[in-house]
Amino acid sequence: MNNIIKKFIPQILAILFVVLIFGFLTLNAQTNMDNRGIDFGFDFLSQESSFDVQFSLIEYSGSDSYSRAFLVGLLNTLLVSFISIIICTILGVIIGVARLSSNYLIKNSAACYVEFFRNIPLLLQIFFWYYAALRALPMPEKANAWFGVTYMTVKGYYIPAMIWENLNVFLYCGLAAIISIIVLRNYASKLRDTQGKQIPVFLYSVALLIVLPLLSFLFGGVSLGFELPELKKLSKISYIYEGGISLPPELIALVLALSLYTSTFVAECVRAGIEGVSKGQKEAAASIGLTPNQVLKLVIMPQALRIIIPPTTNQYLNLTKNSSLAAAIAYPDLVLVFAGTALMQTGKAIEIVSITMLTYLTISLTIAAIMNWYNKKIEIKEK
Amino acid sequence: MQTFNFLKPNRDNIKNYSIIGSILVLVSLIDVISNAFLKINLTFFLPGSLTYLFPLILGLMGLNMMRIDYSGNKTLDLLNKNINTNNFNALLTLLILFSVIKVLPQSLSWMILDATISGDSKDACTGTGACWTYIKVWFRRFMYGMYPNEFHWRINTAFILVIALGFVGYFMKENLKKYLALYYVIIYPVIAYLVIYYLISGGSFGLQWVETGAWGGLSLTFIVSFFCLIFCFPLGMIFALGRRSNLPAIKYISICYIEFWRGVPLITVLFMSSVMFPMFLPEDFFMDKLVRVIIAITLFEAAYCAEVIRGGLQSLPRGQYDAAKSLGMGYWKMHIFVILPQALKLVIPGIANTFLALVKDTPLIFVVGLAELAGMLALAKTNPKWLGFAMEGYIFASIVFWIICYAMSKYSYNLEAKYKTER
Repeated sequence: MNNIIKKFIPQILAILFVVLIFGFLTLNAQTNMDNRGIDFGFDFLSQESSFDVQFSLIEYSGSDSYSRAFLVGLLNTLLVSFISIIICTILGVIIGVARLSSNYLIKNSAACYVEFFRNIPLLLQIFFWYYAALRALPMPEKANAWFGVTYMTVKGYYIPAMIWENLNVFLYCGLAAIISIIVLRNYASKLRDTQGKQIPVFLYSVALLIVLPLLSFLFGGVSLGFELPELKKLSKISYIYEGGISLPPELIALVLALSLYTSTFVAECVRAGIEGVSKGQKEAAASIGLTPNQVLKLVIMPQALRIIIPPTTNQYLNLTKNSSLAAAIAYPDLVLVFAGTALMQTGKAIEIVSITMLTYLTISLTIAAIMNWYNKKIEIKEK
Repeated sequence: MQTFNFLKPNRDNIKNYSIIGSILVLVSLIDVISNAFLKINLTFFLPGSLTYLFPLILGLMGLNMMRIDYSGNKTLDLLNKNINTNNFNALLTLLILFSVIKVLPQSLSWMILDATISGDSKDACTGTGACWTYIKVWFRRFMYGMYPNEFHWRINTAFILVIALGFVGYFMKENLKKYLALYYVIIYPVIAYLVIYYLISGGSFGLQWVETGAWGGLSLTFIVSFFCLIFCFPLGMIFALGRRSNLPAIKYISICYIEFWRGVPLITVLFMSSVMFPMFLPEDFFMDKLVRVIIAITLFEAAYCAEVIRGGLQSLPRGQYDAAKSLGMGYWKMHIFVILPQALKLVIPGIANTFLALVKDTPLIFVVGLAELAGMLALAKTNPKWLGFAMEGYIFASIVFWIICYAMSKYSYNLEAKYKTER
């Protein structure tokens, strides 16, 4: 009897507490909305949005619906996260390995980099790049060409646009190359297990990746052209580049700040992972006659990756969430487009803020679920 | 296999080789220095891009000539071991040295030598360097926001009082030490709140009322992070225990809470607190914006705190629980006297990281219109009398935050070392 009370009373109290809080909040919300004449509902999503977005990946104009505006924001968020994740991974791995270097100068400059970028709030870094550093760039008419065809100006970074013909054929070829590589790998590992034969999988894979897409150019009717950005005079003093793709300064500032900031955390993860592999493993691997490259590839990396990947994914998630700071410099991401402009126009605070939060929540939980599955899979199974 | 030993020293000729090598490195450094400081190109006679590569090639040759396994000379061995182990390392060493020589003097002269700090208007800044006059003139605004100038002593006194109260724990008598946790978790926050409310807000004891809209600058950052810090820790502890509980209802409520807050970005939480939360309050109930923001950040960071503490709880060996239970301790007694003291010791670095993240997150309150340091910078930047000093402003703010965060992280290392117990 005593036990049952001990078990159930706290649970009932906790549930009651949560229910009461939610009930209280909903009741308030209802009376408040009744008083102000606002009704609750999601039918505004199909209404015409009538605001413009400066930068979007898909066709969008003011006559499209709010749900399309949401999609534009979401895609922009994913774009900036994707680019930043790639850059911060590359930087992070380099810095993380550099921190373990035997060279005194390299080790310490990497440590300085980490301590410097990690301890400055991300928002300040974004502001610094956007308002201070990128504002110091030249005007379009004075810009020097980088690599001959791209222009870094105060109005954005202009790069040539690719014009594809029969893009789908090319993509199919790429897909076919990837599939055949997977098949080849499976076959090679089978061969190694059963007959002990080694085939140079890596070379074949590279060859496949190069040859198959090349074939599509020769026989598939695929062609690639470039549209170069060209300087155009708008008025006496104002110039602009036309053609090509223009990356707005907001995007550049955001990518720079996010990737520099997150790369410090990735670097720490990488360092911890490599340090986490015990010295005995390296010595054992060397003593059975593996070359230094093989030691790294077959012994250290597989074990280090097991330590590196979970916290690094966490950092990627943080980066995606941090990309919402875009709202502070008016990069049209999910928060700015949807929780900013759309909210201001419709006044549907509850619906819009909850949709925005749910979107981020879904992204986070999906990746977290995948990570949990992956962790379970690569876990060392002890007997 | 024949080894490649062009310009390779051995123990007999190392003396000559190291002298020649160091001369070569010295020449390459002189070339770069003269290029960076005096704008003289010593190698003008070389064609095109070779002038840029010249010091690199020279330095590499020099370092290669100095490289030897063991020479007996202490300095040379130290150099070889630390910056000159192989050609690749030597190249990186040279690159780092050269870029430091190129970049450091420029930024130093911009920040210090050519900078202006005298005067009290924009006209004083005529030099090519930074204009620290801007920071000097706006310093009070950056620190205290729009808080009236003649009342700044109130903020200072309040901070000094709160910090002094925080150190009480160090001077407490031995027999009172057991109430330390009680003091820090319950009494201290209440006293701190009262001090800040009556001194900074005013309104009674003959102090003029200053509304929270006028608060700002770095002091607001401190206030927000201080309250969030002391509230999110106990809350996080509760949810960490809840997540490890055997009672399913409590467990799942805690999991939902933690996963929800960890899954959303802080900026949407702040948006929620400013536009959505007022809808959920009773009609005639008004809650100050600052209080709403503090509640929002506390709830948000508590979830992160909970996960860190849970990590500590999980890493304790089962024997500790069993031993406590076998002594006849109940749930609360076991946790307060056996489990939590050990677990919290384990999670000091993690907690410090969470707090660091919290301090770094406070500038975000700028998004909902509270003008702390970043907000004041945005305000000052658009002031027509002071246009064009964004760079100085952000560098100043970065330095301020960097010092705070770096000090915090170093302090956490010390704490970790202090409380480390052999296990």
